[in-house]
Amino acid sequence: MRPSTALRSLALAVALASSACAGPSDRPAGAAEVTAPRRIVTLGGPVTEAVFALGAGDRVVGVDLSSVYPESAAALPRVGYYRQFSAEGVLGLRPDLVIASDAAGPTTALEQLRAAGVHLERLPAGEDLDAARGNITRIAAAIGRPDAAAAVLADLDAELAEVDRLRARATSRPRVLFVYARGPGRLLVAGRDTGGAELVRLAAADNAGDALTGMKPWSAEAVVAAAPDVVVLPTRGLESLGGVPGLLALPGLAETPAGRDRRVVAVDDLKLLGFGPRVGQGLRELVLALHPEVRPGADP
Amino acid sequence: MTPVPQGMSRRSDRRVRSVLAVLVALVVLGFSLELAVGAAALDLPRAVACLVAPDPACDPGDRYILLVLRLPRALGAMVVGAGLAVAGAAMQGLFRNPLADPGLVGVSSGAALGAALAIALDRALPAVPGEFAQPALAFAGGLLATWIVHTLARVRGQTSVVGLLLAGIAVSALAGATIGLLGYLADDRQLRDLSLWLLGGLGGLTRPVVLVLVPLVGLAGALLWRRARDLDALLLGEAEAFHLGVDVERLRRRVIAEVALAVGVCVAFTGIIGFVGLIVPHLLRGLVGPRHRLLVPAAALGGAALLLFADAAARTILAPAELPVGILTSLLGAPVFLALLARARPTEAP
Repeated sequence: MRPSTALRSLALAVALASSACAGPSDRPAGAAEVTAPRRIVTLGGPVTEAVFALGAGDRVVGVDLSSVYPESAAALPRVGYYRQFSAEGVLGLRPDLVIASDAAGPTTALEQLRAAGVHLERLPAGEDLDAARGNITRIAAAIGRPDAAAAVLADLDAELAEVDRLRARATSRPRVLFVYARGPGRLLVAGRDTGGAELVRLAAADNAGDALTGMKPWSAEAVVAAAPDVVVLPTRGLESLGGVPGLLALPGLAETPAGRDRRVVAVDDLKLLGFGPRVGQGLRELVLALHPEVRPGADP
Repeated sequence: MTPVPQGMSRRSDRRVRSVLAVLVALVVLGFSLELAVGAAALDLPRAVACLVAPDPACDPGDRYILLVLRLPRALGAMVVGAGLAVAGAAMQGLFRNPLADPGLVGVSSGAALGAALAIALDRALPAVPGEFAQPALAFAGGLLATWIVHTLARVRGQTSVVGLLLAGIAVSALAGATIGLLGYLADDRQLRDLSLWLLGGLGGLTRPVVLVLVPLVGLAGALLWRRARDLDALLLGEAEAFHLGVDVERLRRRVIAEVALAVGVCVAFTGIIGFVGLIVPHLLRGLVGPRHRLLVPAAALGGAALLLFADAAARTILAPAELPVGILTSLLGAPVFLALLARARPTEAP
């Protein structure tokens, strides 16, 4: 073969590629949905929780890797991590509705789902209680059960009202360090404008990480300077550090009030951090853990 | 070029021909596999039926998966694998070192920095079609880094190989540090996007992307093939190449530019896919010999086959989820690389 042959084969390759790419519009018919969707794929743990809470769990045919609650959801086919799912993996499950959290991606894969004629419901971004309520209403409408939202929202509001009652009786206002951990080498502290900071505020406490913005790597000196009274972290994060002893051995923590009093609170990752339907339950547990004075039977 | 190079016996000629035949067969097999496997239940007979006799035999959903998802991706995997391997063959020729890698001149790390910038600035960037904003920045970063490396390595109009290596290392380190800084400043979501991009995957190879990829990588590959004779002459040494009439300085400039084009385009759309550009030409040199006239096309075929097989595996191992193919090529490539190093040690000093 000579280089001119190379150019000829290149031309052939280009021709092949363009014929492959210039095919007819391959959009399957029947994209518009009139009836309630029957095959749902959910991308994002809180999305999955909401669909199950709204009573449509039996119509879910696939979930992403972060969907570990409820247990029946965890048994479904997994299409990968919701930030890096593959379009074919989702389409292979033949869904007629895909509900995706705002962080789901990549964009290419989302566009491919749309182009394949699947109805795609993307939830707006937001890490607060309004977002939690809005998502439930939106998901209920998308799955064709708008009425089911009322019951789930009523439960959420009842739990939040209980949180309010507890909060009103709280007399302390601890400084809380919210930590995200995946092993001792990967420790992040919640600064301002994070879901963690918002949860701390909702639990009637001060975020000790407010000197930072966003999730920032742990620094021993900054932790000492933040002087937290309590460390809060997701259960799985605490496990990755080897439990409370592992956490307390981290540099800097021993010099803080939280380290001296061994005040560590583990919270359920999914209940709280995703701002899903169980955020009220999670908040109630967090308030009780941060404010021992409000526990039933405690002295006022 | 002389039609039958000296020292090439009939036997080695036959051997080369059978190696090339095996490589072509592997590409065909890999391509069919890439079309036939995946998360969706759509096997080869049905895929062929869909390609040959369109409408009645083929469900529209299958048709979409085959023509819009799998076919462009298979073509793209082929081109990216070939492009990376050809660039590797050319770099190993240019540096006269069988362990050189296209990343040496900074193109991969520059592209990674460009992609990191695109991810970190995603909210500040104007409304460029999302599919191309990040690749464009990545490509620009790759070219810019290569240009800086080349400029730094030039002393009094002469580019030294050691200078190129050192400048490449320095620029890559700088790019790496800047990526680290961007990662620190990024929010949680951007950080995850960035780390996923760095793993390398072929999920972004859509039709419009492949239409851009094929001509650019094809052009760079064809131009590199045209350098075959000059690269062969360079294998004898710089002075010898000069006496054979090769303008070494110009050759170096051109090869670096063409490698930057091929690798820059690939990395821009797929992220960093390691070891294809290192292992494939290195292995094939042992089979077809060091002459670039054969080595370059053999590397193209080998790279295409490797990436097709790797991607088919990446799409099925965890189905319906998908493994970033860069993880797989590195998992396969790193041990092979170590084995090569261990074998090379007694006979040839680096």
